[in-house]
Amino acid sequence: MNSRIGKAKIEVKNLTIHFGKVQAIHDVSLDIQPNEILSIIGPANSGKTSFLRSLNRLNDFEPRLRINGSIKLDGLDIRNDIEAEDLRKRVGMIFALPIPLPRSIYDNITYGPRLAGLRDKTTLDRIVEESLKAAYLWDEVKDRLRSSAQKLSGGQQQRLCIARTLALRPEVILFDEPCSGLDPISTAKVEESMLELRKSQTIVLVTNNTKQAARVGTRTAFFLMGELVEIDATEKIFTAPRDPRTNDYIVGRFG
Amino acid sequence: MARFRKVKEFVIEKLIFASGIASIIFVALIFIFLLREGVSVFKTTSIGDFLGGRFWYPISDPPKLGILPLILGSLLVTAGAIVLAVPLGIGAAFYIADVAPVKIRHLLKSCVEVLAAIPSVVLGFLGITLLVPFLKHTLGLPTGLTALAGSIMLAFMALPTIISISEDAINAVPREYKEGALALGATHWQTLTRVIIHGAMPGIIAASMLGIGRVIGETMAVMMVTGNAAVIPTSLLQPVRTLTATIAAEMGEAAKGSPHYFALFAVGLVLFLISFLINLTADLFLNRGKKR
Ligand SMILES: Nc1ncnc2c1ncn2[C@@H]1O[C@H](COP(=O)(O)OP(=O)(O)OP(=O)(O)O)[C@@H](O)[C@H]1O
Ligand SMILES: [Mg+2]
Repeated sequence: MNSRIGKAKIEVKNLTIHFGKVQAIHDVSLDIQPNEILSIIGPANSGKTSFLRSLNRLNDFEPRLRINGSIKLDGLDIRNDIEAEDLRKRVGMIFALPIPLPRSIYDNITYGPRLAGLRDKTTLDRIVEESLKAAYLWDEVKDRLRSSAQKLSGGQQQRLCIARTLALRPEVILFDEPCSGLDPISTAKVEESMLELRKSQTIVLVTNNTKQAARVGTRTAFFLMGELVEIDATEKIFTAPRDPRTNDYIVGRFG
Repeated sequence: MARFRKVKEFVIEKLIFASGIASIIFVALIFIFLLREGVSVFKTTSIGDFLGGRFWYPISDPPKLGILPLILGSLLVTAGAIVLAVPLGIGAAFYIADVAPVKIRHLLKSCVEVLAAIPSVVLGFLGITLLVPFLKHTLGLPTGLTALAGSIMLAFMALPTIISISEDAINAVPREYKEGALALGATHWQTLTRVIIHGAMPGIIAASMLGIGRVIGETMAVMMVTGNAAVIPTSLLQPVRTLTATIAAEMGEAAKGSPHYFALFAVGLVLFLISFLINLTADLFLNRGKKR
């Protein structure tokens, strides 16, 4: 990928998404740079989740979905040049509600690598340790890897979901309001791991919490009713936005 | 006025209680009646001879009242139905719940409902005019009236129950499990076999048992296509007689109070116990599924 230095990790061009008659995304174009944390903010129903889920084709199973425009990962069209499963290994996703699979902590993390065919015990053990450490969870669970993942607290479950995504070494990680159900301390831990991950990964963070976007985002995009209103460096968006609607949202005038 | 309201509430409360308790009372009464009439057969035939006897000659003198051929006939026809209906039903449920495009899904669900609504005598009629000659010719049998024909009939009747309850169980698997697995790079097939079957298993087992429980007492269609020969069966391709068909065919001609008459009640008792056990097991699985 050296030849692509300086190029965008993900390029979205004229993306439009319909669910039946509802238009969720209207002609959005933007680039996501390698190793940045792009925050996406916007009021409810502005299309943030729809946009995010189209980046790893998790929308594919919606029966009435219609997508137009193009999305490229490292220059390859994600719908024509890459298999959906391979795409999802390279572009991981963390959901708002952390739902571990009904298995042990260890099995949750090795789930992805095992699906990909990895069986070697020492490698799996190493992946579990590294992933849990990167998600700031290792110290809390290292003595009970075989117990059920569903017995963890909400904050721990969210970090477990991050760890299981990291186990696949994705190049891009999509977060959809990962802290919406978490207390401030768990939130801080998740944010800390995002800042750490940024060194090796590209992150897209959808958040309802504008302060969170201001804390961790390198750039911030503002969505409104399915449209991309503005995208810029985070300080710029929060201090001197170009569009008055962005300013209205940030000062809390709607949404 | 206040008193009137109190009386009204009292009456309504008792009425509701009575309707709730009525079903229990009816089941108990039926069971007691069956038991009272049924046990009389053991005055002339021992339990061992009744359950294990190889010959059912109810009108010879003295009558031989061994129901082993009937039990085996019922088991064989039912086992054949299980082998046919369970895999097909589960496959159909997965297709409807998880694979089919929306339009086909609705179409299939209506078809399943229609299938459930066909009266069994009509199915039996189709069986006798289409299925039985078909089996006779394609398999080169002396007669198409076989256990296999009965199994196919019963499989048709069990399918709607198996499909709709399995489908509910599949839909009840949290969407987040499926998406979680997909987001970790699972293919659609892998999510199906590893996540969805895992979560829906108790419900699928219960669905199969309820489907079978529903047909083990089925009479009409089976009587019409199985040939009704009360011999111990050795293959699916020969005529058999089931417990249900025996009661239906002979109740009218058995002299009230004769050993034959009591034996038919005892056969009813055996059927009652079998379906009771099946339903109980299915309930256990359904409840286990709910608790998790
Ligand atoms: N699976 C779907 N089927 C039909 N309509 C959908 C679906 N998903 C989203 N929509 C519609 O698309 C629009 C955008 O929804 P989306 O979930 O992307 O918004 P959001 O910005 O993530 O909102 P929130 O902040 O509440 O999570 C909404 O009008 C929603 O009703
Ligand atoms: Mg959302």
